[in-house]
Amino acid sequence: MKKIEQTIKPYDDKTFNTMLAGSYVQYMRSCLIWQFVRLIVINIKMLKVVVKSH
Amino acid sequence: MGFKSSLSYNYDLAVILNFNFSNSKGFIMARLVVLGGGVSGHTAATFAREWLGKEHDVIVITPNSQWNWIPSNIWVGVGDMRKEDVVFDLAPVYSKAEIVYEQARALSIHPDGDENNPNPFVTVEYTNEERNGEKAEIEYDYLINATGPKLNFNATEGLGPDEGYTVSVCTEDHAVHASKELEKIIKKLKNGEKQKILVGTGHGTCTCQGAAFEYILNIESVLRRRGVRENAQIKWISNERFLGDFGVAGAHIKSRGYIIPSKIMTESLFVERGVDWIVGAHVNKIEAGSVHYELLDGTTGEEEFDFSMLLPPFCGVGLKAYSRTGEDITSRLFAPNGFLKVDANYTQKPFEEWDADDWPKTYQSPEYGNIFAVGIAFAPPHAISKPALSPSKTPISPAPPRTGMPSGIIGKAVAHSICDMINGKSDKPTHEASMAHMGSACIASTGSGFFSGTAMALTVYPIVPDYKRYPGTGRDLEYSFGEIGLAAHWVKHILHHLFLYKAKLKFGWTKIPE
Ligand SMILES: Cc1cc2nc3c(=O)[nH]c(=O)nc-3n(C[C@H](O)[C@H](O)[C@H](O)COP(=O)(O)OP(=O)(O)OC[C@H]3O[C@@H](n4cnc5c(N)ncnc54)[C@H](O)[C@@H]3O)c2cc1C
Repeated sequence: MKKIEQTIKPYDDKTFNTMLAGSYVQYMRSCLIWQFVRLIVINIKMLKVVVKSH
Repeated sequence: MGFKSSLSYNYDLAVILNFNFSNSKGFIMARLVVLGGGVSGHTAATFAREWLGKEHDVIVITPNSQWNWIPSNIWVGVGDMRKEDVVFDLAPVYSKAEIVYEQARALSIHPDGDENNPNPFVTVEYTNEERNGEKAEIEYDYLINATGPKLNFNATEGLGPDEGYTVSVCTEDHAVHASKELEKIIKKLKNGEKQKILVGTGHGTCTCQGAAFEYILNIESVLRRRGVRENAQIKWISNERFLGDFGVAGAHIKSRGYIIPSKIMTESLFVERGVDWIVGAHVNKIEAGSVHYELLDGTTGEEEFDFSMLLPPFCGVGLKAYSRTGEDITSRLFAPNGFLKVDANYTQKPFEEWDADDWPKTYQSPEYGNIFAVGIAFAPPHAISKPALSPSKTPISPAPPRTGMPSGIIGKAVAHSICDMINGKSDKPTHEASMAHMGSACIASTGSGFFSGTAMALTVYPIVPDYKRYPGTGRDLEYSFGEIGLAAHWVKHILHHLFLYKAKLKFGWTKIPE
């Protein structure tokens, strides 16, 4: 798989000037155990907003 | 006008006989009419039915026979869901709930009746097979306008699936069509042909950028899954001043000690997924295979495409209003964009003077205390994103979105107020739901698949930035959160099933929040 930094084109307005998710972050985004933890966290964060909005 | 009265409920009889029925508590029977059975209207009608005694009538007038969970149209549009997965028949649900269902389109409001009828009524035109085209008058005591948007494809030449060259995912049928067109592109990609895909907004004043954002990333994900990504060039075009504006002036989230703007999150995701972008664009003409646009700096350009999904701008559905003598009073009730004026501050003022208090709280019409508007149908006081004009004075900035969560919350609050008014608890609305005091939890799908899917979870509070209360970002960072991952996709999938379950009024539906 192409490394994310290889998508950067030097001095290109878009790819050169933004923050990119490295391979660790990308791995964690689909790591099942970590994502189960995040499922709970996201639900709590959303519930906080829902409760405050009703 | 040659309308035939179509209803034969208790209330009609009472009107004909010119006396009022009272219930055991001595309250007069009332009729609540809800125009539009979409997200906000369905919420308002079903809660009102739940809270009102059976002696009162709740009537829903809506042209469709099916209810559509619109957010999942994105998945229909890439072939990951079928139309049947995102719709259900309204008639059995309303019949079970004892809500009177008229499959019809509202045409006009007569808040003072007319020369023949002293009671307020709406005129409707039936859209079901049996009575197609037949017109009728339906009386009301309380009226909720929840007619949502008119998809204004005519605003841009060549826009839309019917008379233009672009597809849409705004309705379930549009999404089915989009998916078929996308499949043709995938076939070409498989044959090794290069294809260009363009997604975004089809006019300088569009809203709902989040839906187009989801669609472009779902297309990208599907093309990768199908092994044809290499041959596709994918580009975003929108009227946002910056990527990640989403019509809500962007958002800031706290993450790992940083305060990160949605611009960075969105740009980062687009670069990661190889999606190029054009922002600050007013699309002014579309021809077969090419889009013409004007940018905020005044330059113009043309972008070619093989497949394009561009959202239309929204306006009101074109309801008219008439006085008792038949005088056209549409401009008294409605704003020029066709949305119903409510208790907002509509004074024109510059961005710097916008105030959280400009936003409506009770959604009651200032002209008629028994008329309300909810969801997209109410006229916002102004945009949320800072307005911008090109040097030739073309407005290029998003209109304010009214997404599912606020639409539902507003529908429920208005239903509550009306029920309290009907039940004699108050003669004024009792519940408020200002978008300046309400947060939003959004899950934007960026690709489906139980193990391979991802989505962006984003929460903001309040929806309308309040720069006085929260100097700088306009929002309370304690409630602002954002994250991309598989878990957010699971949440999006759970919400799909949960909201369809709720809308079908299954066991415990009232406990599920909007
Ligand atoms: C593709 C797409 C994806 C989206 N994704 C999300 C998302 O992920 N999350 C989110 O929060 N929001 C999302 N939204 C926005 C969300 O769908 C809207 O905010 C919501 O549907 C607004 O509710 P509403 O009741 O105002 O309008 P609608 O749900 O559009 O309902 C309006 C109803 O009125 C009916 N009607 C029209 N004309 C008349 C008439 N003359 N008389 C009577 N009835 C009439 C219509 O048939 C319809 O049933 C998305 C929108 C789109 C287009």
